[in-house]
Amino acid sequence: MSNDLITVKGLEKTYRTREGTRIHALSNVDFAVREGEFVTVVGPSGCGKSTLLKILAGILRRSAGIVQMRGQGLEGPSREVGVVFQAPVLLPWRTVLENVMLPVEIQRRDRTRFREEALRYLKMVGLEGFADKYPNELSGGMQQRVGITRALVHDPSLLLMDEPFGALDAMTREMMNLELLRIWTESRKTALLVTHSIPEAVFLADRVIVMSPRPGRISEILEVDLPRPRTLEVINSPAFGRLVSAIRAHFQSLGTLDA
Amino acid sequence: MTDHDDELLDTGARPKGVWQACLRQPEIGLAILLFVVVVGCWEGAVRLFDIPKIVLPSPSAVGAALWLGLSTDFPHHFAVTFFETLGGFVLGAAGGLILGVLVGQSRLMERTVYPYIVAFQTLPKVAIAPIIVIWFGYGMSSKIVITATIAFFPLLANTIVGLRAAPQDQIELLVAFTASRWQVFRLARLPQALPYIFVGLDVAIVLSVIGAIVGEFVGAQAGLGYLILQKNFNMDMAGVFAILIVLSVMGIGLHLVVNAIQRRVVFWMDSSSDKVMGA
Repeated sequence: MSNDLITVKGLEKTYRTREGTRIHALSNVDFAVREGEFVTVVGPSGCGKSTLLKILAGILRRSAGIVQMRGQGLEGPSREVGVVFQAPVLLPWRTVLENVMLPVEIQRRDRTRFREEALRYLKMVGLEGFADKYPNELSGGMQQRVGITRALVHDPSLLLMDEPFGALDAMTREMMNLELLRIWTESRKTALLVTHSIPEAVFLADRVIVMSPRPGRISEILEVDLPRPRTLEVINSPAFGRLVSAIRAHFQSLGTLDA
Repeated sequence: MTDHDDELLDTGARPKGVWQACLRQPEIGLAILLFVVVVGCWEGAVRLFDIPKIVLPSPSAVGAALWLGLSTDFPHHFAVTFFETLGGFVLGAAGGLILGVLVGQSRLMERTVYPYIVAFQTLPKVAIAPIIVIWFGYGMSSKIVITATIAFFPLLANTIVGLRAAPQDQIELLVAFTASRWQVFRLARLPQALPYIFVGLDVAIVLSVIGAIVGEFVGAQAGLGYLILQKNFNMDMAGVFAILIVLSVMGIGLHLVVNAIQRRVVFWMDSSSDKVMGA
């Protein structure tokens, strides 16, 4: 248990559909996430990557296996976790700051202290001066930045992100990935991000967990030894290309990649 | 998005005079014109064909009756009906809201209780009004109870639907941040239900006026419904029409008050609810 923040062993998840058939969503999933590490999970739709994230977030029950945080069993939602979904999921009747303060409010933490923290993070993501605006006054990219700020504000150890930029256009997405790396470097959190974009997975990660579907399982875990801090130029480097094509070839061999 | 653009254009060219306002929103001028034409034809037809007063009073006769009524006994009866309407509305709406919240807590509860509520709703309230008058007497309390039974259902139904309106990922997000059941209710479900609840309130307030009048028809000593019956009995058609005007003014006024409160409370839905109203 050296410096592993998250340990997952033999994780299983089966759903029962309305017709009564069982769907094996996750099968024998084993991995660990080290403290301060950025891990991405990549795979085609239906590989159970979102299910995995929801189990880690404590909003979905596992069928079998062990999920631990710092060696302690993780049962249900934790105050030490911050989550970001694909949609920003902001409450339209709350201002940006009030939305960001949601976890602080829910967990009854010190509001005055975390208010400073919230404003600091908003400044960090380039939303200084937007604290009193309402979500519908913001663009999609800005809304998702609010979502990320909200996931960071209560100072969690683990940041869980489920395709946080999936709904954004390609250019905003690249920019947001850079920004995410910057925030991650500054905040020194452990991060686990789920995506179906192979380049995104490689660009962000220290390690990429490659998953395959039916049943959802880990088929490979790749170390990404690209230097940090990373810029968009990394994408053009041979090392980056090798990793991306290795993962792509892997999916192609499984017949799960159409493109 | 297009709404927003319209607003921008509007602020750029805001007309100042009344005429310019009329040109910008021709429907206001046209509505007034329509009113004048209809009332004018009505007045003309009554005079031209010499229609008897007890069949159709002329607008001028209605106006005179309204003036007379307002300076004599209308205010007293208005106050009675207004109080019955408001009292019944508050009672029924509160009951519907509270029961809606309770029933909305679980599907099981809803499935258990809802058939009875629907059965009660399908019962015409006019049919049970005589019973309620016998139970609660000829005073205001029986009218308040009748009104409450009518105002109850719109709130109940809309509250139940509204409490389900919160998107799944909104709830999951709050749960992931360790929100309790009560916190999920307070932070997401209830605010998300407010637009629905206000639709219920709007329907209920208009129905409440009907409830009070129905109650007074069955048996009362005062109120505008009581006054309608009395004037009908005396063949004072102009007086009946005058009361109808007072009643519709009351209904419109209450509806506008609910809308004004809605706009302040459910401010984030403002533009979209306007769209629905306009459509």
